[in-house]
Amino acid sequence: MNGIVSIPWVAWAVLFPLASAILSFLLGQKRVLWAGIPGVFGTFLSVLLLSSQVWQQGPQRYAIGGWRAPLGIEWHVDGLSIVMLLMTAVSGLFISIYAVGYYSRQSRGHKHSNNLFWPLWLFLWAALNGLFLSADLFNLYVTLELAGIAAVALVTLTGGQVALSAGLRYLLAALLGAMSYLMGVALLYASFGVLDIRMLSALAAPGPAVFISATLMTLGLLIKTALFPLHFWLPPAHANAPAPVSAMLSGLVVKGSFYLMMRLWVEVFPSSLWPIGGQFLGVLAGAAILWGSIMALRQGSLKMTIAYSTVAQIGYLFLFFPLASPRLFIAEGEVSGPGLYAFWGCVYQALSHALAKAAMFMAAGNIMRVLGHDCIGRMDGVNQRLPLTLFAFGLSGVSLMGLPPSGGFVAKWLLLKAALEKEHWGLVLIIVAGGLLASAYVFKVLKHALAQSSQNDLLERVPPTMDIPTLILATLSLLLGFTARPLLSLLTRGSIF
Amino acid sequence: MNVMYLYAVVAVLLFVIGLHGVIAYSHLLRKIVALNIMGSGTFLLLVSIAYGRPEGGPDPVPHAMVLTGIVVAVSATAFGLALVRRLYSETGKPYLPNGDTEKSGR
Amino acid sequence: MGEWRIMNLDQWLPVFVVLSSLLTGIIIFFLKEEQHGIRTALNMAGAIIKLIVIGVMLHGVFHEQVYEFRLPLLPGLDLVLRADALAMLFVVLSAVLWLVTTVYAIGYLEGSPNRSRFFAFFSLCVTSTMGISLAGNLFTFLIFYEALTIATYPLVVHRGTQKALRAGTIYLIYTLGGGAILLTGVVWLHILTGSVEFTQGGAIGQLGAGERPVLTLIFFILILGLGVKSALVPLHGWLPIAMVAPAPVSALLHAVAVVKAGAFGIARIVYNVYGIEFAADLGVTFPLAVAASVTIVYGSLLALKQDELKKRLAYSTVSQLSYIALGMAVAGPLSMVGGLVHIVHQGIMKITLFFCAGNLAETLGIHHIHEMDGVGRRMPWTMAAFTVAAFGMIGVPPTAGFISKWYLGLGALEAEQPWVLAVLVVSTLLNAAYFLPIVRAAWFGKPPEAWSDDRGAGRFETDWTLLAPPIFTALLTLGAGLVASMPISPLQWARLITQREYWP
Repeated sequence: MNGIVSIPWVAWAVLFPLASAILSFLLGQKRVLWAGIPGVFGTFLSVLLLSSQVWQQGPQRYAIGGWRAPLGIEWHVDGLSIVMLLMTAVSGLFISIYAVGYYSRQSRGHKHSNNLFWPLWLFLWAALNGLFLSADLFNLYVTLELAGIAAVALVTLTGGQVALSAGLRYLLAALLGAMSYLMGVALLYASFGVLDIRMLSALAAPGPAVFISATLMTLGLLIKTALFPLHFWLPPAHANAPAPVSAMLSGLVVKGSFYLMMRLWVEVFPSSLWPIGGQFLGVLAGAAILWGSIMALRQGSLKMTIAYSTVAQIGYLFLFFPLASPRLFIAEGEVSGPGLYAFWGCVYQALSHALAKAAMFMAAGNIMRVLGHDCIGRMDGVNQRLPLTLFAFGLSGVSLMGLPPSGGFVAKWLLLKAALEKEHWGLVLIIVAGGLLASAYVFKVLKHALAQSSQNDLLERVPPTMDIPTLILATLSLLLGFTARPLLSLLTRGSIF
Repeated sequence: MNVMYLYAVVAVLLFVIGLHGVIAYSHLLRKIVALNIMGSGTFLLLVSIAYGRPEGGPDPVPHAMVLTGIVVAVSATAFGLALVRRLYSETGKPYLPNGDTEKSGR
Repeated sequence: MGEWRIMNLDQWLPVFVVLSSLLTGIIIFFLKEEQHGIRTALNMAGAIIKLIVIGVMLHGVFHEQVYEFRLPLLPGLDLVLRADALAMLFVVLSAVLWLVTTVYAIGYLEGSPNRSRFFAFFSLCVTSTMGISLAGNLFTFLIFYEALTIATYPLVVHRGTQKALRAGTIYLIYTLGGGAILLTGVVWLHILTGSVEFTQGGAIGQLGAGERPVLTLIFFILILGLGVKSALVPLHGWLPIAMVAPAPVSALLHAVAVVKAGAFGIARIVYNVYGIEFAADLGVTFPLAVAASVTIVYGSLLALKQDELKKRLAYSTVSQLSYIALGMAVAGPLSMVGGLVHIVHQGIMKITLFFCAGNLAETLGIHHIHEMDGVGRRMPWTMAAFTVAAFGMIGVPPTAGFISKWYLGLGALEAEQPWVLAVLVVSTLLNAAYFLPIVRAAWFGKPPEAWSDDRGAGRFETDWTLLAPPIFTALLTLGAGLVASMPISPLQWARLITQREYWP
C-alpha cells in the first residue's frame, strides 16, 4: 500500500505555504499579497491533488530527501490525515480570502499591519499540514510547537494590552503542554528505541514507563486542546484576536492536537489504558460541553460567546474516548459497531465545527466592522444592515446546534448512535443537552439581530471579500450534511481502523 | 547503570521543579525560566538515553532530538521574552493581569 | 427504453415538489425590498408549479404508482422521498393552502418592511412541510421536521417587537426541546430495528417479542417529541404565545403546517412504523387516546376564557388537533378515517377563521371579541366565511367538520369505546359555547360609532387579496362536506388510506 509517489504532492502541501511565508515576509507590506495569494491557492491545490491520489491509491508514504527513518523524516498520508488536510485547506482558503478583505481597509482603532499576518498565517498552515502528515513522534512535537508559536504570534498582532496578555497566557500554556509531551516522547524512546508510530504500535506493550509517558503526553495535549478544566487560556486568546485569526484558531489549531491525541491513543498506547482513561476523558468531555455552553450563554460579548462555544464543542470531540474502543482496528471490514460510529462522529464533528466556527468568527468580524463593537446587547436590528452575514451566522449556528440538514447533525447522529449502543445514558443526555444549550446562545444573538431598531449608525460597509467567504463557509458546513458518504469512505481508506 | 539512574532522577527532578515554577510563580520571567528548566530536564533525559547504548557508540537520534529541541526552546523563549517586554511597556507590570480569564472580555 | 425514461421522471417528481419552493425561497432572499413584482411572480410561479406536479402524483398514487427518490446520506441511511397515499393527503392540503395564503400574505403585508425576508422564510417553511409529508423514513422526516422549526422562527419574530422576540424564544424552547427528544427516540429505534422505512401496515410489527418494553418506551419518547408541535397538553404552551406573529403566519403555519406536522408525525408512527395492530397490541394506543381527550376538553375550556380573538382560535386549534390523535388512538378503521380526514377539514376550517381574524385586525383594528359587535354589517363576506367555518368547527352538517365528527363517533362505537363518544359530545358543546357568541355578536350586535382603526371601505369591504382567500376556503369547507361521498373528496381519500393500511 505504500507507494513511491510520482509527484510528491505531499511535499508541496508543506513546501508551498512555507516558501510563500518566507517570501511574503521578505516582500514587505506593499507587496505581501503577491506571495500570499499564490501561496494560498498553491497549498489548496496541492491538498486537493493529494487527496485524489489517496482516493485512488490508498495511503502514501514519503521520505523527505530520500532519507529513511529513523534519522530521516517521513510523511504518511492515510484517510484520517487527508480528511484533516482537506478541512484545513477548505477553511484556510476562505479565511484567506476573508483576510484580504479584512486588511484592505482597517477600521479606526484596529490598525495593525498586514505584513506580519500573511507570513505567520502561512507558517501556521505549513505547520498544521506538517502535523497531519508526520509519521513519527518527534516530528509531531516540532510541528506542534511551530503551530503553537505561530498561533500565539497571530493572537498578539493587534498589540494591545488585552491581546498581549491573552497571547502570553496562550504561549505559556502551549509551551507547558509541549514540554510535557516531549518528556513523554523521551520516555517512550527510552523504552522502545523507535519514534515511528507504525513501529511503535507493533512494539508497545504495557508497562510503567508507557503509562507515565501516556499520562504526560495526554496531559500536554489536553492543555493544548483546551479541554476542561485546562481551557483557561482559550477564551481570552480566541476572543481578542483579529477575526480571521480567531477563525483559524478555533477552527483549525485546536483540531491539530486533538488529531494527535486520537492517533496516539489508538495506535501507540496500549489498550489497557482505554477503560479507565476513556471514562475519565469522557467525564472531562461532558463537563466541557456543559460548562462551555453555560459560560457561552452568560457572555455579553459576541466573540467571547463564540470562544466559549469552542470550549464546549471540543468536549464533543473528546467523546471519542469513552465511546470508541481499540479493539476496532483488529476487526477490519466491520461496518457497524459503536467504535466506528464514534470515530466517524468525532471526525465529522471536527470537520463541521471547523467550517461552522470559522464562518461564525468571520461573521462576528463583519459585525464588529460595521458596528464598532461586539456587545450583544447593543446589536439590535443589525440584521437589516448585514443580512448576508446574519444569515451565514444562522447557518453556522444550525450546524453548531446539530440541527438538520448540516454536518453538525450528521456528527450528532453518529455520536448518539455510538452512545446509545454502548448504553452510556449520561452521554446521551449530555449530547442532547449540549445541542439545546448551543441553540440558546445562538438564538440569543439572532434574537437581538432580528429585533426592531431605529438606529442607523452604519460605521462602515463590509467589502464583499468579507461577506461572501463567510456565507460560503457557512453554506459548506450545511452541505457537509449531504457529503457524509464520500467523506467517510475517504476516512476509512487504509486508516487507523 | 547507576549513572543512568542518576541522570534519570536528576532529569525528572528538573522537570518537576520547572513545572512547579511555571504554576506557582506569577512573575512572568520566572515562568519562562521555569519552562526552560523543564526543557533542560527533558534534554538531559534524552542525552542520557543516547549514552546508554552499550554497543556501537552513542545513539544519534536523541542527539538530533535534543538539538532540535534546544532550537525550538530558544526561539520560543526569545518570543516569550519579547512579549513580556511589550506587556511590561504597556502595563508597567511583569505580571499577567488577573481575573480576566473567565469573565467576559471587553 | 421508453419505460426507463418514465421511471426516471417518477423519481424526480417528489424532488420537484420540494425544490419548487426551496429555489424560489433562496432567490427571494436575495431580492431587494422594492422588487415586489419579481417576488410576487416567483411566489405564484412556485406555488402553481408545485400544484401541477402534485396533481400528477395524486393521479398516479391513486393508481398505485410508486414515486420514490433516494439520496444516500450516511452509510446504511438514505434520505427518502416517497409519495404514498397518506403523504398525498398532507401534500395536497399544504400546497393548496400555501397558494391561498401567499395571496393573502401579499395583501396583508403590503407596505411593511422586510418582505423579502418574510417570503423567503415562508417558502422555506413550505419546503420543509413538503419534505415532511413526502418523507419515506423517520430519518428524512426528522430532518425536515427540525428544518421547519428553524424556518418558522424568523416568521414568528417577524415584527421584531419585544413581545414577538419573547414569543419566539418560548416557541424555540418548546420546539427544539421536542425535537431533541424526537431525535433521541429515532436514533434509539434505529439501533433496535435498523433503517426503517414507512410501510403501509407498519414496519416493525414482526420484530422480536423480547423487545416489547423498549419499543413501548420508544413509542412514548417519540410521541413526547412530536407532542410539542401537535400541541398535546401539557406541551401546548407555545401555541397561544406564537399568535403574536402576523396573521398569514398564524393562519398557515400555526393552524395548518406546524401543528399538522406534529399530528402527521404521530400518524406516521402509529400507522407506518409501528402499524396500528402492533401498536394496539403493545397497549400504547389507550394512553394516547387519554392524552388526546384531555387535550380536547382542556383546550376548549381555555378557549372559553379568552377575549382575544386569535388566542381563542389558538386554543381551539389545540383542542381540534387532538381529534386527529384521538382518531388514531381509537384503533379502528372508521375512527382512522375520521382522524385522517380531519387533517384536511380542520386545516381548511381553521385557516378560514384565521384569515377572517386577520381581516378584522388589519381593516378595522379589531383584536378582541368584545369589539366585534355588529361587525357583520360592516364586513359581511368576511363574517359569512367566519360563520361557515365556525359551524364547521362545531360540527353542523353539511360542513366538513360534521363529516369528521360523524366518522369519529362511529369509530368510537365500532371500537367499543363509548367514552370517546362522550368526549366528542362535550367538545361539540364547548365549541358551540365559544363560537356561537361570536357569531351572534357579529351579526346581531349593535355596532359602535366607529371602529378603532378603520382603514376605510374600498370597493369591497377590504382589499380583494384579503377577501378572496377566506371565501375560497369557506367554500371548500362547505364543499368538502357536500361532496363527501364523491370520489374526489378528502373523505374518500382518507378511506383509501385506511384501506391500504388495514389490508395492504
